[in-house]
Amino acid sequence: MRVRRTLAAVAVLPLALAAVACAPESDGGSSAKDPSGSPAATGDACATDALALRTPGQLTIGTDSPAYEPWFVDNDPTNGKGYESAVAYAVAEQLGFSKDQVKWVKVPFNSSYKAGPKDFDFDINQISISEKRARAVDFSDGYYAAGQAVLALKGTKGAEAKSLADLKGLRLAAQTGTTSLTAIRDVIKPDTDPVVFEDTNAAKQALQNDQVDAIVADVPTAFYISSAEIDNSVLVGQFQPEAGEQEEFGLLFEKGSELVPCVNTALGALQDDGTIAQLEQQWLSDAVDVPVLQ
Amino acid sequence: MSDWTPSQHELERRRLRRQLRTRSVAIATVMTVVVFVALGLGITGSPGWASVKELFFSRADAREALPDIWSALWLNIKMFLIAEAFILVFAMLIALARVSRSPWLTPLRLVAVAYTDVVRGIPTILLVYLLAFGMPALRLQGTPNSAFFWATVALIISYSAYVAEVFRSGIQAVHPSQWASAEALGLSRPQTLRHVVVPQAVRRVVPPLLNDFVSLQKDTALASAAGVFEAVFVARDYGNYNFNYTPLVVVSCFFIVLTVPLARLCDGLTARMRRRELAGAL
Repeated sequence: MRVRRTLAAVAVLPLALAAVACAPESDGGSSAKDPSGSPAATGDACATDALALRTPGQLTIGTDSPAYEPWFVDNDPTNGKGYESAVAYAVAEQLGFSKDQVKWVKVPFNSSYKAGPKDFDFDINQISISEKRARAVDFSDGYYAAGQAVLALKGTKGAEAKSLADLKGLRLAAQTGTTSLTAIRDVIKPDTDPVVFEDTNAAKQALQNDQVDAIVADVPTAFYISSAEIDNSVLVGQFQPEAGEQEEFGLLFEKGSELVPCVNTALGALQDDGTIAQLEQQWLSDAVDVPVLQ
Repeated sequence: MSDWTPSQHELERRRLRRQLRTRSVAIATVMTVVVFVALGLGITGSPGWASVKELFFSRADAREALPDIWSALWLNIKMFLIAEAFILVFAMLIALARVSRSPWLTPLRLVAVAYTDVVRGIPTILLVYLLAFGMPALRLQGTPNSAFFWATVALIISYSAYVAEVFRSGIQAVHPSQWASAEALGLSRPQTLRHVVVPQAVRRVVPPLLNDFVSLQKDTALASAAGVFEAVFVARDYGNYNFNYTPLVVVSCFFIVLTVPLARLCDGLTARMRRRELAGAL
């Protein structure tokens, strides 16, 4: 009897411990960001040392790995090269951080929106802002308006398309979860279901293997793939995924992050003084020559 | 006999037993309720529960993703059934090669050993990548370049190695007396394998085989690496677009529902084999 009772107690113990152990930890996690306790509520909420950061005194920025051109250069976000790296450092500077106070962390796209505390203050990864997504995370204002581009191999039937209607009969591919994929489904509406890939690398391989006729990606991404990665490829054209409403990339924050207004102020200032336009010109300007598909 | 009544002692014993039983039922009930209610409260009362509920258990998202997941699931089932048929045949051939004794077959034996060692060492997802992107890249005349085809081949290659080892362990678990008796009856080694050893071996390994089948069923999701838009990928894609994990929960439920009948079928098979094996003996 005694033995059995001890056994029962032992069996229940881990559960009880787990319950006890979980509670204070998560409480601790949330109270750290408790607005009432933070200095953000008083004085200049956007002063550098008043910001509610993951690590005090350091701005932690996330992006996926590999980090593609032209958004990043040499798969190294820390060099300040590439449009998104440059924008991230410009925002950091605007918020009052020096370059060595910025730390980058690798955040796979599909874990950027996981529940609970994040490993980053904000994530910059060509993430399109949408109402539905905003239920799970917070977004900053947009820092880039993305068009969609169609990429095909020279001399194939994909390269001959002159209009969106010409694309209907093709086998099209795009990356999972992207607005490019939705653009295929909603705007082009091809006869066969689009081929979906984990990343643009897989889509590129499939294009070269003749497993698909064309791939759809954001204009700058498609431009980079065609100019640097697949020699005999051509940009067939570009189009806006949603008529009337411009698709925009935003910085991604943990839901309820207090940083959002401060970062938006910073982005606004960068927009106003022409920094954003200048960075866009510097890193993405090549994209403007692509013909527009109707 | 009819006017027998239990003695005071016996009644006392019964009362005590009843008391103890009631007590232990009561303790069991209370403990179960306490533990599960505490777990439930612990989870639903956690600071993140509201967002977890929205992110993983959203009714609206489940309803929206369901039709696509449902139609994609057929692809997984098809892939599973095709692969399974080939795996059973290949794995048995590999296992037989490994237990062969003839000196003539030594090269075959070596190939079989190398095959199981090498293939089991490669993560299945890499095989899917390598075959689905590598084989079409070779541009060999007459070979298909469908990702579905090559992903299925990758699964067949990978699982044949595992299942071969299951079969081999089954064959080696057959008692040596069976071999000896077969020899005494004048059966050749191939005949012994065919009529005596393999049937017993297969019966023994049904549970581990089922394990591998269930794994295979779920590993059909690895085909997504090559761009096969199967059920798990459909769910992930919906999630990546809408920032919601609910479809993953939905697709998990589908896989559980697929696995359970398979488990019951295998239980039934083992029971039938056992009855047949014991027929007349007990």
